[in-house]
Amino acid sequence: MLALVLVCAVVRPFNWPEAVVAVPAAALVVATGAISPGHALDEAEQLGPVIGFLAAVLVLAQLCDDEGLFQACGAWMARTAAGRPRRLLAQVFLAASAITAVLSLDATVVLLTPVVFATAARLGARPKPHVYACTHLSNTASLLLPVSNLTNLLAFAASGLSFTRFAALMALPWLAAIAVEYVVFRRFFATDLDAGAQAPHTADAPELPLFALVTVGCTLAGFVLTSAVGIDPAWAALAGAAVLAVRALLRRSTSPKALLRSVSVPFLAFVLALGIVVRAVVDNGLDTALGHLIPDGTGLTALLGLAALAAVLANVINNLPAVLVLLPLAAGSGPGAVLAVLLGVNIGPNLTYAGSLATLLWRRIVQAHDAEVELGEFTRLGLYAVPASLLAAVAALWASLAVIGGG
Amino acid sequence: MTVVVWIVEGTWPACVDAARRHAPQDAEVVLLHVTGHEVADAAHGAFAGLLGRGHPERDPGTRVEHLAAASAESLLQAAAERLDRPCTRVERSGRVEREVVAATEGAELLVLARDGDRATLGPHSLGPASRFVVDHAPCPLLLVWPEPAPDLTTMPPPPARPPHHG
Repeated sequence: MLALVLVCAVVRPFNWPEAVVAVPAAALVVATGAISPGHALDEAEQLGPVIGFLAAVLVLAQLCDDEGLFQACGAWMARTAAGRPRRLLAQVFLAASAITAVLSLDATVVLLTPVVFATAARLGARPKPHVYACTHLSNTASLLLPVSNLTNLLAFAASGLSFTRFAALMALPWLAAIAVEYVVFRRFFATDLDAGAQAPHTADAPELPLFALVTVGCTLAGFVLTSAVGIDPAWAALAGAAVLAVRALLRRSTSPKALLRSVSVPFLAFVLALGIVVRAVVDNGLDTALGHLIPDGTGLTALLGLAALAAVLANVINNLPAVLVLLPLAAGSGPGAVLAVLLGVNIGPNLTYAGSLATLLWRRIVQAHDAEVELGEFTRLGLYAVPASLLAAVAALWASLAVIGGG
Repeated sequence: MTVVVWIVEGTWPACVDAARRHAPQDAEVVLLHVTGHEVADAAHGAFAGLLGRGHPERDPGTRVEHLAAASAESLLQAAAERLDRPCTRVERSGRVEREVVAATEGAELLVLARDGDRATLGPHSLGPASRFVVDHAPCPLLLVWPEPAPDLTTMPPPPARPPHHG
């Protein structure tokens, strides 16, 4: 059943939303008793706030785009790069890391990547290193905050950590992984970065969307504040999204329909259904099968083993089901183990350009008649970057746990 | 006589200048740009990796493809202006190095720039794409340095003398 849901999510027969198969599948596992209604309800209760959080962040990112935040970001990159591709790469790293951390990896993949391409093209720089940096950082830079990645939100709910403690523990691994990526990119793309570019002719800086920036800043502060007083930080994200939404509605720059579309209800239903199906699979024997593969404790080697296992699993299926499978198993060993799983599922997908072998195989099949997918270079880049950044991130997590404590 | 000038981001002005200097007045100049698929494919792939997001119309790869087409057009436009004489613009897409070789069929000269490490004289000054084109082109080549060439002192030292036998 899990396989069917995943296959349909990757293949998308008849262009159906993924939820079309996932939701009946979830209903079926409950109806057939593969999972008790109590467990299903548990899972739904645990996933509910996560999904609300996710919806708020998706809307927030879309509204920031509507306000012109990403365009302004592109203009800033073009101006400060001053015609030097190496500096542009550094700006792309800064922008993509910040945007992924705060507005989630979806924002970087969907909204920032085209802007980065356009910026590189405007400077006459070769776009490849910069676009590849976006796709890599959408994974690697999604370690910092619970909102950065759906996998983090799921783990955050399971780990029992507060928002600030999660961020404090992940700050060092986040920096370490990005630093390793930067070094790898500078060396790997040395030739393309040497090729030179022109400074932009026009100095037409678009107006900085101050309102959106301030709202995002306040939302971040809200995360810290809510977790300090013990409220679910999802409310802070919701407030941020609501402020921008009300403003956009008042100015008629968006419609209720567009807002609803950016909430992406089928996606949220898909996540919920996937969670229930995975729980059923875990309850029915996967936990004992994987249980003896999971290293105990939070020593450096145990953390490395967990992260490596998670990276492999994320590459075979996809990081979303991988994290759902591994979380209940790792949660017993404490927050350190949960965060190690996250390092694996977040950094691991850079190995294959489509995030997992399953997606990759399917894309090979549908594109067989078209120009062949030619991304040997991307895979080679992944082979350099993933093991190195994973190793650095795990070592940094181990150090953070020793200093701050997993509490 | 047909002279093909391979236009690549970053290094093209030197090629256009070389064509101005060396192509005979009566030659037909073709400005060639090739867009590789891999950048848009990386964006397609990153979106495909986001499981469950649906909305294929939000796929950033498609936007990147449109942007790439617009950018290639404006690059060829800029090159034509710099050349400042009648010319044909050709845009191709696919495997860059193979498309370039295919486009030189029947041409009498291909102008291209070194695209590797340009700090020292030597084989590394050719990147993989230009290496492939130099090795496979069916016509004479004019291979230019995008910037002033490094001086002769950067040439690697001669190999040590083989031990003397006999």
